[in-house]
Amino acid sequence: MTDPALHRSTAGVATRLVQVRTKILKQNDVVARRLRQCFHQNGVYVVSLVSSPGSGKTMLLEQTLTMMRQRGHRVAALVGDLATENDAARLKRAEVPVRQITTGTVCHLEAEMLEKTLAGWQLNELDYLFVENVGNLVCPATYDLGEDLRLVLFSTTEGEDKPLKYPTIFNTADMAVITKMDLAEVVEFDAEAAHRNIHAVRPEMEILELSAKSGAGMQQWLQCLEAHRAASASAST
Amino acid sequence: MHELSIAIRIIDIAEEESRKHDDACVMAVHLKIGCMSGVVIEALLSAFEIAREETLLAHAELKIEALPVKVRCPKCDCEQLADSIQCLCCSVCRTLSPEITQGRELEVVAVELEPLETVQ
Ligand SMILES: [Zn+2]
Repeated sequence: MTDPALHRSTAGVATRLVQVRTKILKQNDVVARRLRQCFHQNGVYVVSLVSSPGSGKTMLLEQTLTMMRQRGHRVAALVGDLATENDAARLKRAEVPVRQITTGTVCHLEAEMLEKTLAGWQLNELDYLFVENVGNLVCPATYDLGEDLRLVLFSTTEGEDKPLKYPTIFNTADMAVITKMDLAEVVEFDAEAAHRNIHAVRPEMEILELSAKSGAGMQQWLQCLEAHRAASASAST
Repeated sequence: MHELSIAIRIIDIAEEESRKHDDACVMAVHLKIGCMSGVVIEALLSAFEIAREETLLAHAELKIEALPVKVRCPKCDCEQLADSIQCLCCSVCRTLSPEITQGRELEVVAVELEPLETVQ
């Protein structure tokens, strides 16, 4: 009897082999697709940020929210954090709506967490939504959040080889932002090597350099966000 | 460590299959995991050891096919193995390529269920 459903396992016992072909993260992907659709319908452009702790992500976000508001955009932020609400409290100084996602022991955001936290929010009253992931360069790489643009941040103080240590997160992001450029000289940051390493793990990736503290590169960064949003809007019509 | 939640998802998927087949015990789960999926196989294996207790997978093993990264090389004009995940260039001609064709997989391919009495 040669039943194809029978499979001789290594132990020599005929087991029944069932083909499955299921993406392990199908649940997350379904929710992410639903979110992406909902964002587009409401005309909100969603930017997510990933980085390790201490890369200057919250400071950049605080400046970005303030400056974007001054440029006449309606902006809001969602902040993922393991336990504390420190980041959310800091971001509220930018005087825009901020919500916290407390993940507990979970080291990354998942699409379902976003969907839950966004319930009741008037997304059609927003132009941009920024999503700050948990400070971690490993786990967030695996999860689609339905965002339009995923940024990976790293600071000059973390060294040029950061992309080679965390290739997956750099590869799954759309743009790299090098922060704390005001410290580049002090820490002898080799920008050329950093760009080379980024492009080795993510060829042709767009790279911006800035300092939220000195303001260097900030105008270019905001213009870049506006250009990406405009491109996305014209692509979807 | 997101491998624990990945292990739990794998168990859920396998148990769902098992329910369709008379609640048979799962002997093995076949997986395809790309090198650029963000999952560390060793971490997944130890997370699975913990997560499978008191499930239909208590005696199951994970059979993992780790897939290397492949890119579409613009110069060779075909799919090629990438040098490494630290360098997404064609391993033949060393041209960098932004187009990954393999390496992000995270899939359950099949489950092996215990044999039926009548089969033996
Ligand atoms: Zn080639």
